[in-house]
Amino acid sequence: MNAAGFPLLSLLTFLPLAGAAIILFVRGEEAVVARNARWTALWTSLLVFLLSLILWVKFDISSAGFQFEEKLSWLPEFGVGYHMGVDGISVLFVLLSTALTPLCILASWEAIETRVREYMVAFLILETMMVGMFAALDFIIFYVFFEAVLIPMFLIIGVWGGPRRVYAAFKFFLYTLLGSVLMLLAILYLWYNAGTTDIPELFEYQVPRAAQTWIFFAFLASFAVKVPMWPVHTWLPDAHVEAPTAGSVILAGVLLKMGAYGFLRFTLPLLPEASAEFAPLIFVLSVVAVVYTSLVALAQEDMKKLIAYSSVAHMGIVTIGIFTINAQGLSGALFTMLAHGVVSGALFLCVGVLYDRVHSRDILRYGGVAKIMPSYAMVFMLFTMASVGLPGTANFVGEFLVIVGAWRINPWVAFGGALGMVLGAAYMLYLYRRVIFGKITKKDLRALLDLSPREYAVFAPLILLALWMGVYPQPFLDFFEASVAALVQRHEAAMSVSRLAGM
Amino acid sequence: MTWTLALPELALACAGLVILVAGVLPKQETFFPVSMACIGALLLAAVLVLGQPEGTALGGHYVADAFSGFMKLLAIAAAAIGILLSLDYNAKEGLGRFEFPLLMLLGTIGMMVMISANDLLSLYLGLELLSLPLYVIAAFNRDNARSAEAGLKYFVLGALASGLLLYGSSLVYGFAGTTNFDRLADAFSADSGVTAGVIVGIVFVIAGLAFKVSAVPFHMWTPDVYEGAPTPVTAFFAAAPKVAAIALLARVLIGPFGDLAAQWQQVITLVSLGSMILGGFAAIGQRNIKRLMAYSSIGHVGYALMGLAVANDIGLRGLLVYMAIYVAMNLGTFAVLIAMRRRGRAVEQVEDLAGLGRTDLGMAVWMAIFMFSMAGIPPLAGFFGKLYVFLAAVQAGFWTLAVVGVLTSVVSAYYYLRIVKVMFFDAPAGELDPAPASLTVVMAASGLFTLFFVLWPAPLLAAAQAAAAALLG
Repeated sequence: MNAAGFPLLSLLTFLPLAGAAIILFVRGEEAVVARNARWTALWTSLLVFLLSLILWVKFDISSAGFQFEEKLSWLPEFGVGYHMGVDGISVLFVLLSTALTPLCILASWEAIETRVREYMVAFLILETMMVGMFAALDFIIFYVFFEAVLIPMFLIIGVWGGPRRVYAAFKFFLYTLLGSVLMLLAILYLWYNAGTTDIPELFEYQVPRAAQTWIFFAFLASFAVKVPMWPVHTWLPDAHVEAPTAGSVILAGVLLKMGAYGFLRFTLPLLPEASAEFAPLIFVLSVVAVVYTSLVALAQEDMKKLIAYSSVAHMGIVTIGIFTINAQGLSGALFTMLAHGVVSGALFLCVGVLYDRVHSRDILRYGGVAKIMPSYAMVFMLFTMASVGLPGTANFVGEFLVIVGAWRINPWVAFGGALGMVLGAAYMLYLYRRVIFGKITKKDLRALLDLSPREYAVFAPLILLALWMGVYPQPFLDFFEASVAALVQRHEAAMSVSRLAGM
Repeated sequence: MTWTLALPELALACAGLVILVAGVLPKQETFFPVSMACIGALLLAAVLVLGQPEGTALGGHYVADAFSGFMKLLAIAAAAIGILLSLDYNAKEGLGRFEFPLLMLLGTIGMMVMISANDLLSLYLGLELLSLPLYVIAAFNRDNARSAEAGLKYFVLGALASGLLLYGSSLVYGFAGTTNFDRLADAFSADSGVTAGVIVGIVFVIAGLAFKVSAVPFHMWTPDVYEGAPTPVTAFFAAAPKVAAIALLARVLIGPFGDLAAQWQQVITLVSLGSMILGGFAAIGQRNIKRLMAYSSIGHVGYALMGLAVANDIGLRGLLVYMAIYVAMNLGTFAVLIAMRRRGRAVEQVEDLAGLGRTDLGMAVWMAIFMFSMAGIPPLAGFFGKLYVFLAAVQAGFWTLAVVGVLTSVVSAYYYLRIVKVMFFDAPAGELDPAPASLTVVMAASGLFTLFFVLWPAPLLAAAQAAAAALLG
């Protein structure tokens, strides 16, 4: 039995489905159903979040192995089983998913007016898929959750999105699917050759060198689209712009992490030689992503699009960190992922606050908001600074570690990453100046109300997290220290074996 | 004599004749009671199949094994649900004549004979017994020009395909000296070299059967017939006869021609590739949803044949699992299509589904589940169907098939998603009539199967495994 004494991870994964089922069975007048759906969804997701705190408390940070493991036989003769568990790499992402979901539900409290019941059901299903994906320890189960995320997200963008929602939803779905099916073939190859899809058992299997290249690119096709890496990032701005606010938050906060998580969980441990060989390729793609998308972000007129491009840049720093394959780089990548999940999610919520009031995301539509909504301006500034990577906020720690890690590999890569931080300061401050400062040129803006108690409730935990992670990052770093060390050690062992074989 | 082995077919044939007489005698129309009796007879046959011992009978013409049991149950279930689907539609369209379910029943006997065929002659016999009723029910709406055209087209092309098959059989007989599958297998296993005549014969046999499963390049009839035939007939076409024809194809190629696998694998690979590609691209432009489903079924046959192209137990298992899942989601989809009526009139354009998510959420959700499943998105059943055929292809090193397969599945996801988009993203085009209970039951049953297959895949896999093992001997 695991540390919690009961199947905690399965409960976290499938409890949202139970909430969704309850919502589906509520009948009656539309307003009553909508209110019921909102409250049920909120309570379900809060309950899931509270339960997930057990992970935070009971997780043994000194161990690099998988914890809270659960095993059920599913297709025993094929070596496929239902296997759940978390290690230092995945545990905080489970927490991130369970923490962001209630905030998202709260954020869509009034923004979503039509088909509330279906929306809440879709969101709870999405939570199930996200948590399941980070907790799955079987490759087939992982793939099932990884792909199944597409269904609720497709509907969330397509039904509740903006004017070009259909185009964005299709682009999102087909791009991601195209990458994933190639990964599926690689999974099938591994399944057949290793005789199992159980991830800890797969780690024991050494993939032949010749096959590693193919599998690496098959995985890359899938994860690069999800991250997203340049040049397959173009679905992201569209999806972000059209998705409802909460959809964007989940997309930036959790879904983008799935690709990077895939690199960490599968590519590095299973394909050590190919990872080392193609790391320069990843560096080039990442540096291009960082610089190029930062420049593109400078030219954006749409707030959401700007933040979407900044996400691509931040994720570029994450992929640099991952492929440095040293302790600083990996810890930095993981920390940046978490920080980005909190900060970019919060930035999308900030945009959502204005959008709910004015129904425009156009930067030029605003100006002088600081005089009308001072508290809002304060919150927005905090997250702008956090996104820029100001010391004392969340992003700084992660990006700093990545740059240190990259310096050890190649100073030019570190330089590229650092350039991203400089450009990031430029576009974020430029955005902030145009929206918040200046004269109030649009008369109707004067009527705007400052943050409501509900919005405070949404932002408060995020502010707390962003500052905590910036000022005292150690508790978070502790979580992945052991696992990262094991991963690096594993990689070096595999590399020295292959060097010996090569002699 | 071991004729008792063929008890399911015999019982079904006798029941069919009795029901025929009973249907003629009363003065008033007996569509509904005859339909019920036919479903009852099919259920009886299913029970008999379950209790059937294994062996060969009727002078080696008939074989019963785990494979035939699996496929027969699938075909019988598809046929029974096909009759259920027609109840409401036929009554509303004035097609409620008692011959209709009876013809389906007779066709089902043909399918069972095909599945159990152990001789080129009984194969042909079963195929014709299936085809003749199908020609009639395709044209069952005889006052409708499109339906009549569908029937005629199907008949002409079907007769041509039968001719090809017969010609191929005669070539095989001429060069091998026997039509019995077991003796053919013996003849080819002795490595005396294969004559060109036999290979030409096999190609003709494959061509004839590829027509029946509507695989590229013998698919041309499919869109027209699917569109023209009454919708319940289309539903029936897309499920039961396809199962039987795929079963027959597998049995012929793996059984008597198993030792010549190297010869026919290329043909099946090409047919599979062609079907997947055409099924993926040609459906994109379709506005008529029945036509769209026709192309979709061509694509699905391509995926299923991938399992046959691999020609080993894992491939066959994938094929069987794929067919079972395909039949389940296909019947559910057609239940939705048959329920598409606006103010009493049947409608069949994709746009007619617009806004269904707002006007009839239940039906829209089932349809969305079927569409995502057909696109192969986990955790729905369709994903697992694809998973097992891809696994077989990857394992045997058929990388072209596997890569083309996954890529075309992305292409086909586009048009399945388009239906979801029309239902959920578009503004309602006016309410559809509420679905009758019989259709809702079918939708819910196959929807639940599609949704929850992920929880207990083991029984179906075990049955498919046993069937595949039986076929390989």
